[in-house]
Amino acid sequence: MTITELMPFSVLVPLIAALVCALLPGRFWPWAVTLGACIAAAVIAAITLPAATDLTLSYAFGNWPPPIGIEYRVDAANAFVALLVAGMAAIALTWAKKSVDQEIPERQGTFYALFLLALAGLLGITLSGDAFNIFVFLEISSLATYGLIAHGRDRRALLASFRYLIMGTVGATFLLIGIGFLYIMTGTLNLADLAERVPEVRDTSTVRAALAFIIVGMGIKLALLPLHLWLPNAYTYAPSFVTVFLAGTATKVALYVMLRFVYTVFAPDWSFVVLPLSTVFMILGVAGMFVGSWVALFQPNIKRMLAYSSVAQVGYMVLGVSLASVIGLTAAFLHLFNHALMKTALFMAVGTVIYQVGSARISDFRGLGRTMPWTLTAFALAGLSIIGIPTTAGFVSKWYLIQAALEQGQWFLVVLILITSLMAVIYIWRVIEAAWFQERDPKQRQVGEAPLALLIPTWVLVALNFYFGLDTRLTVGGATAAAEALLGGGIMP
Amino acid sequence: MMTALSFFNYWVVVILMMIGFYCVIARGNMAKKIMGLNLFQTSVFILFISAGKIVGGSTPILREGVEVYSNPLPHVLILTAIVVGVATTAVGLALAVRINEAYGSIEDDHLSEKDSGDEE
Repeated sequence: MTITELMPFSVLVPLIAALVCALLPGRFWPWAVTLGACIAAAVIAAITLPAATDLTLSYAFGNWPPPIGIEYRVDAANAFVALLVAGMAAIALTWAKKSVDQEIPERQGTFYALFLLALAGLLGITLSGDAFNIFVFLEISSLATYGLIAHGRDRRALLASFRYLIMGTVGATFLLIGIGFLYIMTGTLNLADLAERVPEVRDTSTVRAALAFIIVGMGIKLALLPLHLWLPNAYTYAPSFVTVFLAGTATKVALYVMLRFVYTVFAPDWSFVVLPLSTVFMILGVAGMFVGSWVALFQPNIKRMLAYSSVAQVGYMVLGVSLASVIGLTAAFLHLFNHALMKTALFMAVGTVIYQVGSARISDFRGLGRTMPWTLTAFALAGLSIIGIPTTAGFVSKWYLIQAALEQGQWFLVVLILITSLMAVIYIWRVIEAAWFQERDPKQRQVGEAPLALLIPTWVLVALNFYFGLDTRLTVGGATAAAEALLGGGIMP
Repeated sequence: MMTALSFFNYWVVVILMMIGFYCVIARGNMAKKIMGLNLFQTSVFILFISAGKIVGGSTPILREGVEVYSNPLPHVLILTAIVVGVATTAVGLALAVRINEAYGSIEDDHLSEKDSGDEE
């Protein structure tokens, strides 16, 4: 079996495992099957990445040749995102066991089945080389995600899930309208074929409308600033494990889809030079950085604080995209990867505290630094990464972002990045201050250190944050290859 | 006049889309929001199906004496999209039922009142 033939299995294995999982009783087997499927998907993605960096892999389903049949088309950009998604799912799952046992004691088979469907959908979006398939996989993963969020213990989880459903469906339908317009103009749905045919017809209002619909639709999914309203509640009230998983994967895949359309289908010399997309992305990205960080400063609930911080981090990625250069796009991909590492670690640490204390309010974190030193140290170290202290992964991606801004002489962007990083110092410090410099209220629940099953995956991620801060060969190499694959030979001015 | 009428189906799409979108945004009742969402999706289905029609084209079934066929592909795509739409509606209504069990109401105003009591 060649790598090309192996590739579709990273989607098929979770999809089939979901069916098996839904039928399994008890608490151990559903989790074990899910973990097995995630590791299999991650291994396949890891095998695919080096092969896809050299040349574009293409798998035609049912041996129907590509422009007519459906294909999985994998280059350095998808392979990078697919490895991130599958890898994060596998690490999050090793953490999940205890937390899910506590928060969702019954009917875990269906819960894990939903998780596997969400994962299969995300991987399907990433690997697919067919615009309509992207829409279908987007809906598979979204519908499963609504179900996962609704599992939260608080009844507000239901409301958050419903509102996400409304916004998410509007976003996905916008994407469908955009794809429909492109199909009307070109008569093809294959992304590579679209990329060849769109340039002939792109100076029409139909294609401009298609671009607008796709950007707004995916903007909702990736929580770009004015369209981010579903995210804070969805992250706050979802079960801890679901938050951990979503924070690391869902918005990243949506960003990838937007990049794929903006860069591959509508070549950047049109979308960024003829149309003012660069300005739009820069304004929205900077607004996201500021508003997200600013709102995060005042949140009493740490999960919600980190959710707003995610809105800010999406701003950094979109800012990198707006610079429309190889190094800017490299910074966006780097931050996509590094943000998944640090935000997942932070949500894991908070989830561990929730496991012990039962609350994510900052007032319940008082004095925990002494009784749960390992958990809170992990939080603080992952916090350093989100601030962007040197030797952490967060520093590397911000460094590249600053270089990309300097390359174009945009000094004010460097200042803005530094100011928002200082805001990150403040909101991370609030937690550290509460945990180490305040006494625990004797009336509050007194707790000891969390079980090792929760601590080890958290610390693995914290270690990865430092590892990728020092050894950047894999991340920078992968991100540069991904950026070059999307730019397709450097047509930028 | 002829040109305006020949785009009749696209006008229907635009009007249905606006009605559906308005319902999603302006209605506080969750069941009505779902209906609006459904209408919005249906209008997009009509857009796709209209795109497949070729003037003077016959139904896409191979037979003697017919040269021009309508494009069957949009119909097939929309078959999938309809399934997705039904699934979305089902999940949305199921969530509305659960919200009704948990809160005793599916009106947005009542829900925010009930939540403001136990705000964090």
